[in-house]
Amino acid sequence: MKHKISFTVNGEKVHMEVEANKTLLRMLREDLNLTGAKEGCGAGECGSCTVIVDGKAVNSCMMLAVEADGKDIITVEGLAKNGVLDPLQQSFINNAALQCGYCTPGMLMSAKALLMRNPNPSEDDIKEAIGGNLCRCTGYKVIVDAIKEAAGQIN
Amino acid sequence: MYKYVGQSVKRVDGLDKVTGYAKYVDDLKMPGMLYAKIKTSPYAHARIIKVDTSKAEALEGVKAVITGKDVPNRVGLYLEDKTFLATDKVRFIGEPVAAVAAVTPEIAEEAVELIEVEYEELPAVFSAMDAIKHDAPLIHEDLGNYKYGSIFFPKPGTNISNHYKIRKGDIEKGFAEADYIMENEFYVPHIQHAPIENHSVIALTEPSGKVTVWSSCQSPYAVRKALSVAFNLPLNKIRVISPAVGGGFGGKAGTTLEGITIPLSQKCMGRPVKLTYTREEDMVCSFVRQGCLARIKTGVKKDGRIVAEENTFYWEGGAYTEYGVNITRAGGYASTGPYDIPNVKADSYCVYTNQPVGGPYRGFGMSEIHFAIEQNLDMVAAELGIDPVEFRKINAIKEGGHTVTGQQLFNVGITKCIEAVEKDIEWGKKEKPSGPNKVRGKGIACMYKAPSQPNNVASSALIKINEDGTANLLVTAMDIGQGSNTALAQIAAEVLTIPVEKISVVTGDTDVTPYEWQTVASRITYCAGNAVKKAAEDAKEQMLKLASIGLGLPAEYLELRDEYVVSKIYPDRKISIADLALGLTMPDGSGIHGPIIGRGSFIPPNVRNTDKETGQGEKPVAFWTFGAQAVDIEIDLETGQIEVLKVAAAYDVGKAINPQLCQAQIEGGIVQGLGSALLEHQIMNKGKVLNPNFVDYKIPAVRDVPEMIVRIIEVPEETGPYGARGVGEPAMVPTAPAIANAIYNALGIRINSLPLTAEKVLYAIKNNKSVSCKLVKNNKGEDGEGQVKCGIN
Repeated sequence: MKHKISFTVNGEKVHMEVEANKTLLRMLREDLNLTGAKEGCGAGECGSCTVIVDGKAVNSCMMLAVEADGKDIITVEGLAKNGVLDPLQQSFINNAALQCGYCTPGMLMSAKALLMRNPNPSEDDIKEAIGGNLCRCTGYKVIVDAIKEAAGQIN
Repeated sequence: MYKYVGQSVKRVDGLDKVTGYAKYVDDLKMPGMLYAKIKTSPYAHARIIKVDTSKAEALEGVKAVITGKDVPNRVGLYLEDKTFLATDKVRFIGEPVAAVAAVTPEIAEEAVELIEVEYEELPAVFSAMDAIKHDAPLIHEDLGNYKYGSIFFPKPGTNISNHYKIRKGDIEKGFAEADYIMENEFYVPHIQHAPIENHSVIALTEPSGKVTVWSSCQSPYAVRKALSVAFNLPLNKIRVISPAVGGGFGGKAGTTLEGITIPLSQKCMGRPVKLTYTREEDMVCSFVRQGCLARIKTGVKKDGRIVAEENTFYWEGGAYTEYGVNITRAGGYASTGPYDIPNVKADSYCVYTNQPVGGPYRGFGMSEIHFAIEQNLDMVAAELGIDPVEFRKINAIKEGGHTVTGQQLFNVGITKCIEAVEKDIEWGKKEKPSGPNKVRGKGIACMYKAPSQPNNVASSALIKINEDGTANLLVTAMDIGQGSNTALAQIAAEVLTIPVEKISVVTGDTDVTPYEWQTVASRITYCAGNAVKKAAEDAKEQMLKLASIGLGLPAEYLELRDEYVVSKIYPDRKISIADLALGLTMPDGSGIHGPIIGRGSFIPPNVRNTDKETGQGEKPVAFWTFGAQAVDIEIDLETGQIEVLKVAAAYDVGKAINPQLCQAQIEGGIVQGLGSALLEHQIMNKGKVLNPNFVDYKIPAVRDVPEMIVRIIEVPEETGPYGARGVGEPAMVPTAPAIANAIYNALGIRINSLPLTAEKVLYAIKNNKSVSCKLVKNNKGEDGEGQVKCGIN
């Protein structure tokens, strides 16, 4: 049996019919072609599927699609506005805060959720926010630097 | 002075990756796509009696089921010992034995459960030392019939798939001359690559029989060759496309899932078949880093000169060692680390075990052997009363010095690297612990590494100049995150004076992009970089010749400057690259030459085989990269917990094509090295992996990261593009031994196995606090065996 749900994704209203056992991640990737969010573990361990749901960073592999009903969702595809990059996206490029890029969408969304609720985070706040996002390439320092830069703390 | 080379140009792939636009294999969706799932072996070693797929085939939605019968040909990069699905026997828990393609992943999963396999269990071996015993069960009875490269030495009738030897100087004379001899044993367990992207492949078979594979792989051409052998297909009937790759670290260098999806797709003509491994499958069924037991015996003079070294490495290669045999070889020809030792005997054994398949891993054996070499060195230094930094400077390879193969080296930057980290870590300065139950310690370790590749590996590049003066650079070097697209574009830009943003890099399509052996071995900036430089120079030469005609000036008086061919003498006489791109238009309207296409090919010069018995040879490798790391740690005496506070790293990269990306490689390497030092261990019980997930197998997260001071040393490599050497792998090698040495510095305790967990440290503190290495008990983890010898004569 499918469930009817309505929600907003990247500012657009969406109406869907989804299976009860489908995850938010699979709905985004398979039904909405929003493949920016990645599956790295499917168990909430790596953070590469992170999206923002009602202002909070969420592992979309751990949330059912039906739970998205009535929610406001932002994915990495919704970060840039009218072709202009979000300051986080620009600072990730500036700081070489990405390598293979697979964790990058999730990392960006965790950072974005942080800056949405706390525009002037401490280093500890930043580490807390991305503590669940695994990156095997960068060694993280440049990612922390990039988030600080986007928050206007480094020029 | 260069305009593009040596600049921190921003990553050319950055925009696609920060917008989520970059497409990885699992992001690709195709009409009619089917989904595959594998059935794996529950036994470490068993004969396959019968596979019954009838129930799976009968399930609605199942389109194809395959077993070992469908993939009978043995393949392998260096030793052809594996089939993509088990045929006669299974040799590890998790080995794929059958696979299903169905219209949904759920149906494929259900079908796999319906496949019935009957096994006859066989005795199994789970350590190299057990597997080399004369009465050990044989894992590959047919080893004598397998094909292999001439630089490998399998021992049919045993579990040894390669025995690489070094015999340099006179080892007995060397030990006789020594004032002291010390022998120690070390163990490095299996660890995971853990790229965040799991392996993923899509295969499509066309009616003509042509197969296209979209694979998350580091080496499209090597994959194509393995598939050609496996499926008796000519190379032009296989197209391997590698889109964005979500991290490799060696784990995506070989051929794995491709060989399972192709036979499925051949049974479902015209329908793409996708197989994406789960994290658990990725950690068990693809590649892992081999375990390694190392014995190091060092003879040294009172003044600190090492005069003899006898090293033995036993590699736990797992069930198939098609790739592992070459890691063994690398361990052999680098067997003493970056030190000049006149008398060396080294034996490096690749041993089959009933464990997951050991494969290439960032460092390619160097992390494992340096964990042993660098600790042993410190132990010798401590006994002699010589400072560890000083001891390394005494023995480090100097200008004109020799490696263990007898290769003479010039432009050697190791001493500079040691001096840099000595300064940056403030060596010799005692740091104050942060609390009463804490102690501080500093440690240093060095490393060297060469690309472990066949002598004649080839690279190529094509540059097409477009009629607006922009260019397309075609290579099959894969940007797996290390930044090769950016660095290679910079090299092309430097030669052509075309800005990086006007150069589009096209990679990873064997029907389109020219040959590249593999993206491995920290070889791409060097090998592909040389090919790109030659391609750019070829295009440049064509343009200078044409401009010479157009301007009526000899070509030798012309040069490229800011996208124009310009007279060196009369700078106002010039023709733009754009105007030459499609050939030169003559005053009468006719044209000559046609489009400018630059072509570059490269094979590292003069790399030759070594002697089979002694391993001696003048140039067995293309180049060496040297580096050093020093660490400052704090240990909690109540918990045994190690906190790495600071890491200083210095690498001689020859020439940093892109300093920001070099620094990024080194920082990433330090943290991966730190993971292997403190956290990572693929725990196995009788061959079964017990921790195939990120909860039980921890990799470093943001709070594990120390302060990092990175220094880039530039002693040019004569044969490198602009003097460049590779650094991707070297970045992680010294971290673990440096931390182990810092533990000794802090506590006088030696831990000789990885990882350096709080449990091991606390156990050592409680049982023999403040002892010298002579009294150290065996600190080995559950996988190892043997006693530490720490004698001095």
